[in-house]
Amino acid sequence: MATKQSETTMYIQKQQRKREMQHYLVSFGLMIIFTLLAFGTVMIDGIPKHFTSFFIVTLAIVQVLFQLYYFMHLKDKDHGFPTLFIFSGALVAFITVLTFVSIVWIS
Amino acid sequence: MSSVKDNVTALPLHPEKSTLEGKNKFLGFWFFLGGETVLFGTLFATFVALRHQTSGGPAAEDIFGMPLTFLSTIILLTSSLTSVFAIMAMRDNSLGRMQLWFWITVILGLAFLGLEITEFTEYMHEDLGYTTSAFSSAFYTLVGFHGCHVLFGVVWISTLMIQSFKKGITTVTAPKYYVASLYWHFIDVVWVFIFTVVYLLGILGG
Repeated sequence: MATKQSETTMYIQKQQRKREMQHYLVSFGLMIIFTLLAFGTVMIDGIPKHFTSFFIVTLAIVQVLFQLYYFMHLKDKDHGFPTLFIFSGALVAFITVLTFVSIVWIS
Repeated sequence: MSSVKDNVTALPLHPEKSTLEGKNKFLGFWFFLGGETVLFGTLFATFVALRHQTSGGPAAEDIFGMPLTFLSTIILLTSSLTSVFAIMAMRDNSLGRMQLWFWITVILGLAFLGLEITEFTEYMHEDLGYTTSAFSSAFYTLVGFHGCHVLFGVVWISTLMIQSFKKGITTVTAPKYYVASLYWHFIDVVWVFIFTVVYLLGILGG
């Protein structure tokens, strides 16, 4: 009985690892695609500059979310505090950048 | 007799978080990464504010090249994946496979550093020194600081791998490997914003 139970657990673990591997590979593929899209958009002439800027920054944010949630396992359970820490940091960083972008006496 | 061998059967499913010390390292390291995010945020803010102040020196669109940036990006992105594989191997309790993937990560990190040094030397020859303009200072500080992080990561992971020959994968060493891989992913996270904000927006001239 005990061996059968451990066999089942082993099987479940193996399946979980298989699925995890698929997640990693799909995330990596998507990240490569986002990178190619960003470089491609910059190379194409005739697209309004502010549109390109907005588009590639959005791509960067999405790519980073994949990195955080899949490669750094933020999607897994017991990641409440890490999520809080990293997004608090990101919020402060965002406000700082926003301040310096809209600063009026440099440009 | 051999503590490494005993652990082959006894390693828990998530060895990096099976002890209180491991849990603390995990939480503490994420807290550190939050702080690092703020630090890089300030450097990005400085760069974005000063990126047009070239003071007669070369501007971003004069010097940045797409192919080199693209190559660096792919190298760092791939190294992120290889360190994920290393952690998978660690959870499978397969020391050799973990070492292999971490060594590949280190080699890719070194390749990235080599490219960055070549790039900076080239800029120096094009008269973009550290003190040439506000743009150049902000650029070298931001990208150079990221480069220092890559260097630190390379040294850290290499020394961990040397230690791993002796200590193997245990509930004591697993948190170290896990945290080092988190650091390496964070380096890639920062680079994603650098290649977008510094290089691509620079080439765009936006």
